[in-house]
Amino acid sequence: MAPRYWVFLGALFGAMIGIGVATFKYAAGLSYLSNDPAACVNCHIMRDEYDAWRKGPHHAFATCNDCHVPPQFLRKYVAKALNGYHHSTGFTFQPARPDEPGAKLVFEEPIRIKAKSSQILQDNCLHCHGEFVHDVVGGSTFGEDAIRCVHCHRGAGHGAR
Amino acid sequence: MENEPRRGRVLAYVVVAVVAAAITAGIAALLVNIFQRKQEARAAYVRLVDVTEDDVDPAKWGTNWPREYDGYLRTAEPTATKYGGSTVGPEGTLPPQKAQRDPWLTRIFAGYLFALDYRDRRGHAYMLNDQEVTRRNVPSEAKQSGNCLHCHASIMPLYRKLGNGDVQKGLQAVGEMNYWDAHAQLQQASSDGKAHPVGCVDCHDPRTMELRVTRPAFITAIAKLAASDAPAPHLPSIDRWRHGDRKIAYDPNTDGTRQEMRSFVCGQCHVEYYCGKGMTVFFPWNEGLKVEQIEHYYDSLQIKGARFKDWTHAETGMDVLKAQHPEFELWSQGIHARSGVACADCHMPYQREGSTKISEHWVRSPLLQVNRSCAVCHPYGDDELKGRVVAIQDRHYALMDRAGKAASEMIDSIVALRKPFDEKNRAAAEAKAREKLGANPDPEKLKAETKAALLAMWHAEVEKDPRLKEVGELQRAAQWRLDFIAAENSMGFHAPQEMARVLGESIDMSRQAEIRAVALAGGKLPPAQPAEAIPAAR
Repeated sequence: MAPRYWVFLGALFGAMIGIGVATFKYAAGLSYLSNDPAACVNCHIMRDEYDAWRKGPHHAFATCNDCHVPPQFLRKYVAKALNGYHHSTGFTFQPARPDEPGAKLVFEEPIRIKAKSSQILQDNCLHCHGEFVHDVVGGSTFGEDAIRCVHCHRGAGHGAR
Repeated sequence: MENEPRRGRVLAYVVVAVVAAAITAGIAALLVNIFQRKQEARAAYVRLVDVTEDDVDPAKWGTNWPREYDGYLRTAEPTATKYGGSTVGPEGTLPPQKAQRDPWLTRIFAGYLFALDYRDRRGHAYMLNDQEVTRRNVPSEAKQSGNCLHCHASIMPLYRKLGNGDVQKGLQAVGEMNYWDAHAQLQQASSDGKAHPVGCVDCHDPRTMELRVTRPAFITAIAKLAASDAPAPHLPSIDRWRHGDRKIAYDPNTDGTRQEMRSFVCGQCHVEYYCGKGMTVFFPWNEGLKVEQIEHYYDSLQIKGARFKDWTHAETGMDVLKAQHPEFELWSQGIHARSGVACADCHMPYQREGSTKISEHWVRSPLLQVNRSCAVCHPYGDDELKGRVVAIQDRHYALMDRAGKAASEMIDSIVALRKPFDEKNRAAAEAKAREKLGANPDPEKLKAETKAALLAMWHAEVEKDPRLKEVGELQRAAQWRLDFIAAENSMGFHAPQEMARVLGESIDMSRQAEIRAVALAGGKLPPAQPAEAIPAAR
């Protein structure tokens, strides 16, 4: 192939990468690697949860990540990547008016936690409170019928109100 | 043959370019999407036109707040749940008479306009129209007072105009007019010559869009409730005010919390009230919000030297009370109010449009959108949630139906007591009527006058005989309780246990009245009603 073609292709890819980087920056992509709860409201859909967390009992002790992703480095970033993928596709492709009759929903609104994330959450409750509740949580804390702390302690993180 | 590799290279070049272009286009689309969402989150609304206290037409507000206005417009759509509303016919068709399902309503309202016309509800958009077309409010009869417009029309500008800025004076002035005179004045006072149903300006401050209450009857009544001893644990700002120095009367607009305001704005109208002719409209909250507290207040009220009554029952001749739709009062007795859940949380749940969070202004039954209303706190499936509510409503309806039948049989027994009295005294009553009307009276007039004379004699008899008086008091109390629950629009849901208690009392009082009346008339009790499975309405 003649060199001028390579120049052209290079320019094309350069433009693609450029616009990609600009979009990443505009969407505050790097903030998702941080531990700052503000990153979770970048896409606005978590506004209610964020507001409630700021007024909730745990806000002085735990951030979003402390409860919603595992503490171990590798597992943490795998969970972040999976959550990020689900949230970004969800928020991009969810209809702007989800309540319209016949709207094809990508995810349920109000948003509901998935089984896998629910297990991570439960493990994190025990990560901090495990020793204290050791005698109470005699049964299983994983699997379908598990006892979940938030079943009763709904408002601990971000109760609806 | 020489050209083959060259052609392959060109093809690869084209494929790579097309793929790169597609990816770039995708990224650009994503960028625009993110930009849009960021814009939506930043500007909740754009104020294109200025709205003031005098802008009663919601269409003007709709220019600035199109999402909310869209919802408001949809209140014109017919909706129905198992027990409320109707979807018969196209938009605008009148819903069926309530007495079709519950024939006992016509019995307990005998002699009152509600026996003539009492339909199921339509949406907010129809509130004024419904009042204009009901047979209770025929222009030539002029039976209703201007008071009715307090809650069916966007009337604040007229109150201010007639009271020279003093809303309370304006309220009194409108209350002294008959309905249709007040309606004409309302049209004159409006900038577009039309009367509008309650709209944006009635709950929102036009400058800040903050929630506020405007209705003078509510403001007076909630201040009286605050000043009373009645516990109000579901309204924390009243508790706080009570602990203060109480120098300034409780004012919902300054003392109420943001969450309370989300119920107060609805409580401006969805309440028990009195709005008859000759009085300024008021809510009877001086002693509290419970059925017997309101009853006690009415019973102690003297109007022109006589105890307060709504009307005299045509069949039994007893003075009785009429309940309006006490949604706010009964919500106050329920677990949701106690837990700090406001009317708007379930009837106007939050929803999302793009990145904007708005309150649904298509005010309607939460059963029509359980996912938004119930599931926010109770995370179960739609069918499960609906099933829970309908179970409460079915049980409630079964009990209410029994109370209605008990009330009908009570009325039968009192009629049996009154009939011999009327037969015995008809001649004397007619003589009295002839004396009053002079020679050769009009037969229709004579009939009416005789009937009035008979009623007056029966009244005197009831006053004289404590046994009859006791029966009359029981009918008044039994009917009041039944009506208080039946007129309420949640079919038991707002406060299931409280409403069952009130219905239980009503049944007890109806039967007490019946056994006394039967004993006095020396008659027989009707056959026992067997137990039956919970009847499903419709």
